Amino acid sequence: MWPDERVARFVAENFMPARVHVKDDAAAFQKYGEKYAAQWTPTILELDSEGVERHRIEGFLPVDDFLAQLMLGLAKIHFQEQKWGDAQKMFRRVYEELPETDAAPEALYWVGVARYKESGDPTALKETARAFSARYTDSSWAKKASVWT
Amino acid sequence: MELQFRHDVDKVLEDAKEQQKAVLLDFSAAPM
Repeated sequence: MWPDERVARFVAENFMPARVHVKDDAAAFQKYGEKYAAQWTPTILELDSEGVERHRIEGFLPVDDFLAQLMLGLAKIHFQEQKWGDAQKMFRRVYEELPETDAAPEALYWVGVARYKESGDPTALKETARAFSARYTDSSWAKKASVWT
Repeated sequence: MELQFRHDVDKVLEDAKEQQKAVLLDFSAAPM
């Protein structure tokens, strides 16, 4: 995952990367493992600038899925910070650039929520529900969006 | 491009707060 150029560039551009190793940093692994309830490797946490966890990736993923999860997590950080435009842009990148990944339907759902949060216009939610009638129809996110029709 | 992971997590969290930057924290067992 990490040696991949796209992953490395995305992380370098958007995060301060830190690592605790289960053996080589055993004390740090225990300390932060307890703080963030991380009991397995690999576990990758995306924290906001206050150190609050906003997204978690547990277990190995192929590069595209991993990159999509990183994008999803960054979008969630923007969402929590109420940076609606940045959140929408990053959620869209997930399903536009990596449409076959598991993260894509979740991103499609949340871009609708971010649009609604920004505008207050429920049309954003209805349009999202309609979008799910054309793609990711079997996903749990399509079920969640179905209430917006 | 090779990512440079820091290991001083407390300082990373402090710097991130100061610079308003997100943190990626990797709990790893991979060979270093």
